[in-house]
Amino acid sequence: MRIPAALRGDFITYVAGYLLALVLTGAAFAVVDFHLAVPATGFALVLGLGFLQIIVHMRCFLHISLQRSARSDLMLVLFSALIIALMVGGTLVILFNLRMRMM
Amino acid sequence: MPGSMNEPELLHAGLNLGNHPPAMRQQLECSIFGFWVFLMSDAILFALLFAVFGTAIQNTAGAPSPGSAFKISAAGRETFALLSSSFTYGMVSICLKHDASRRWVGLWLAITFCLGAWFLDGEVHDFLKMFHDGVTPQRSAALSAFFVLVGTHGLHVTAGMVWILLMGAQMAVYGIDERVKINFIRLGLFWHFLDLVWVAIFSVVYLRGLLG
Amino acid sequence: MQVAMVSGSLIWHLLLGRFVWADLPIVKAWQDPTFSNIIAGGAAGIAAGGALAGFLLITYLRKWRYLWTQWFTSLDHKRIGIIYICLALVMMTRGLIEAVLMRVQQDLAVNAPGILAPDHFAQFFSTHGTIMIFFVVMPLIAGLINFVMPLQIGARDVAFPLLNSISLWLSVGGAGLVMVSLVIGEFSTGGWSGYPPYTELAFNGGVGPDYWIWAVTMSSMSATLTGINFAVTIYKMRAPGMHWMRMPLFTWTALCTSILMIYAMPPLTVATLLLAADRYFGMHFFTNANGGNMMTYVDLFWLFGHPEVYILILPSFGVYSEVVSTYSGKELYSYVGLVIATMAIAVLSFTVWLHHFFTMGQSADINAFFGIATMLIGIPTGVKIYNWIWTMFMGRVRYTAPMLFSIAFMITFVIGGLSGIVLATPPLDYMMHNTLFLVAHFHNMLIPGTLFGLIAGCQYWFPKAFGFRLIEKWGRISVLFWVLGFYLAFMPLYVLGASGAPRRTVEFYDPAFRPWLLVAMCGAFLIFAGFLCLFMQVWSSVKQREALAVPVGDPWDGRTLEWSVAAPPPEYNFATIPQIGRRDAFYWRKANAGAYRPADHYRDIEIPKNSACGIVFGIAMAFACFGLVWHIWLLAAAFGLITCIAGLARSFMRDLHRILPAAEVEAEDRRWLAIAGAAAPTPRVLEHTPANEGRAICPEV
Repeated sequence: MRIPAALRGDFITYVAGYLLALVLTGAAFAVVDFHLAVPATGFALVLGLGFLQIIVHMRCFLHISLQRSARSDLMLVLFSALIIALMVGGTLVILFNLRMRMM
Repeated sequence: MPGSMNEPELLHAGLNLGNHPPAMRQQLECSIFGFWVFLMSDAILFALLFAVFGTAIQNTAGAPSPGSAFKISAAGRETFALLSSSFTYGMVSICLKHDASRRWVGLWLAITFCLGAWFLDGEVHDFLKMFHDGVTPQRSAALSAFFVLVGTHGLHVTAGMVWILLMGAQMAVYGIDERVKINFIRLGLFWHFLDLVWVAIFSVVYLRGLLG
Repeated sequence: MQVAMVSGSLIWHLLLGRFVWADLPIVKAWQDPTFSNIIAGGAAGIAAGGALAGFLLITYLRKWRYLWTQWFTSLDHKRIGIIYICLALVMMTRGLIEAVLMRVQQDLAVNAPGILAPDHFAQFFSTHGTIMIFFVVMPLIAGLINFVMPLQIGARDVAFPLLNSISLWLSVGGAGLVMVSLVIGEFSTGGWSGYPPYTELAFNGGVGPDYWIWAVTMSSMSATLTGINFAVTIYKMRAPGMHWMRMPLFTWTALCTSILMIYAMPPLTVATLLLAADRYFGMHFFTNANGGNMMTYVDLFWLFGHPEVYILILPSFGVYSEVVSTYSGKELYSYVGLVIATMAIAVLSFTVWLHHFFTMGQSADINAFFGIATMLIGIPTGVKIYNWIWTMFMGRVRYTAPMLFSIAFMITFVIGGLSGIVLATPPLDYMMHNTLFLVAHFHNMLIPGTLFGLIAGCQYWFPKAFGFRLIEKWGRISVLFWVLGFYLAFMPLYVLGASGAPRRTVEFYDPAFRPWLLVAMCGAFLIFAGFLCLFMQVWSSVKQREALAVPVGDPWDGRTLEWSVAAPPPEYNFATIPQIGRRDAFYWRKANAGAYRPADHYRDIEIPKNSACGIVFGIAMAFACFGLVWHIWLLAAAFGLITCIAGLARSFMRDLHRILPAAEVEAEDRRWLAIAGAAAPTPRVLEHTPANEGRAICPEV
């Protein structure tokens, strides 16, 4: 049976995304389970691997890409990421500053 | 953007735009873009729950910390279940895009549902165990933050499962017509988005908690 | 006997939750007839009586079917917009009465108890703020943008008409909750910001904070959905050729407002729902005990609260751009500058929220960062003021009511901006925070800034919406009262605040405050008079609507697309979607004799059918929230289920549109074009005379 190229392409994207995600997840769990680093570094590694996996999800499952047709979605995601960084970053800085000054 | 209409297959997986009239395309674009925007507002909501968690995690007030009750195997199982369900929903999208029969779509949808149920079952089981051990959200800010963050995600997954059932019903009643297709795409975005949030949850909540 | 008592009380709790008879203000006034309680009982009576009178009147006039089919279930953005504005006007009546009563209380209560008990006064400032922000200005904005924006971009409706209806009825439902709190129970005493731990169970276990939580949550859900709707509409449904830099300024500000709504409402939802988690589930997000942190709430609330004030002001900035340009007879000075300034304000608004709590203990460095960021926002706003002034310069200005509001805005708002710079300086803010100085500042922004703009917008577009002009005389009298009233009511508050008078205070002890408070009270009465003048304006204009009719649709020689259709516009807005070649396309078409031409080819138009989903959704959710407030869990669950079913059932419906045949569209268009052809083009000097039928002479370009 001849599988059309578009179908093959789509299927490979999803499979690749799934496998990459599994590897990144496994690596993150391994860092914790096998105590591969001190907690601070370990957490940084886990966050980094998580961030990479989020990009894999966006690219392979949610079809965000640099193509023109997905441009408005990409802009939306980037702008939202900026707002999230401001809100979450600001909150953490402010509240940790308050905690420190309360001690 | 309107200029990209000559590449219908690349626009959104799960949708063949080639044979739709222009007015319908505008409606499709609006529906999908609008749902993306809604997901972004939901993303802000989750991000702030994470921020609250980050600031509350140290406020254990003498009660056990959330991390003390975590089991890595349970977290791993739930992660595997949800990630796999994301992949199987991808198969639903491919079936829709390439005009597969309702049976195939229904099959992959059912597998997705089962994996989602497996995920929820694990999570509910974990929560009930914690309640049984007296580790409740009423004991400290850290526990409140944990249960609300993970619980909100769980409620979203539950809503997604109800939506999957509804899609099954719609497909049975109407077949795969335009509105059903749009709904499938939106459900797909929602489902993948939930797995994305789970990546953040298992990183920031579970693995961080297990790292101690 | 005991079993009967227990089961009786069980049934009471099942059906009525934690309600007791004393929760009715009328009963409370009877049991304890203090002046304050009598006012509360009277207000409850007026609210309940007013609602009943309204129902009876509509029944007597046999208008229920008309209202249901033509308005309540309509998905037309124009109708939905008008209902929003009616909601806002009703709620504003209550909000202004509360303001006047608070001013009276403060004037009388210098070393005396005044007329309002402290808790009652606390409810007053809480409802006043909550109503004015969530149920007056937000609906006015949603209504105005709803009506105007699709017409300005050449669209037939918004992207999601049903969602539009749902947003509307969520807003109405939330307002209903606030009105019901006047009749059953009491409202929160924690201000419009609802800070814990005061609003936690330990200090306020009653129904007040719960009313506030659910009313605000419904309003914020409405605003989020509205923001999504407007943003997608502007993004995806502009007419062909309407590139970004050809959009009218009002549409640009509508877009930025929508983006702010989408990103700023979630923090409020998180804040109120986590507070609800504390109150309903005994959690400890913001409590005093068990690790709760009230500053998390403060941070979350102002993450919402600061972008919110820009949501409140940006649409008015858009109105001013349109009004100043039209009534100066000139195109806007530096369109690009205005657009960039708008976008800069929108983005910067997410970087300054800490200035609302400078005094809460952060280090000086953090305060300094946010103080500088706050001052930076003043720059794009200043750019806009200059651009409007330069638009007027060398123009032929017509001093209509909207234009007078705009000029009053330009002068008065700048004063408020300067007081904002004072407050943006942390060491000065330590002196002024939570004094009447702050109250003067934000009213200085909201009244001349937001409210004048929204009133001007309503007056400017009223002829478009209803087909007849408003009487100028009443409009100008209204401007006089509003401006004079504003200065008298709020300038003294700057002095009082700088002298140390705190806000939200039921009684003062310094006799030196008395003269200022007296002037402020007089100002409040003048403002109320200005508000009544607006009703007089509408009333007397309705009575003379034949003489004031402007059916051709362009009474002011406008530049933007909404003026190119009939007044009122047909249901589908445009007979054929226009092709846009440049900015202010309609104006240039008029100048080149290209306006009022029939189309080459008319098409069938698909129009959404009416739907009860929106009103059922919104009202059911309001009932569910009422059940949550009073702990009537059955009610909450039942109506929550109805809400869900209303939404889900819609997805199973298929026959959602009706087709308007091309022949009918063509007939209606030709009828209007005939009127336009027969109408005498009116020069601007005659635009306030009955000669104005809505067709303008375009002066030589």
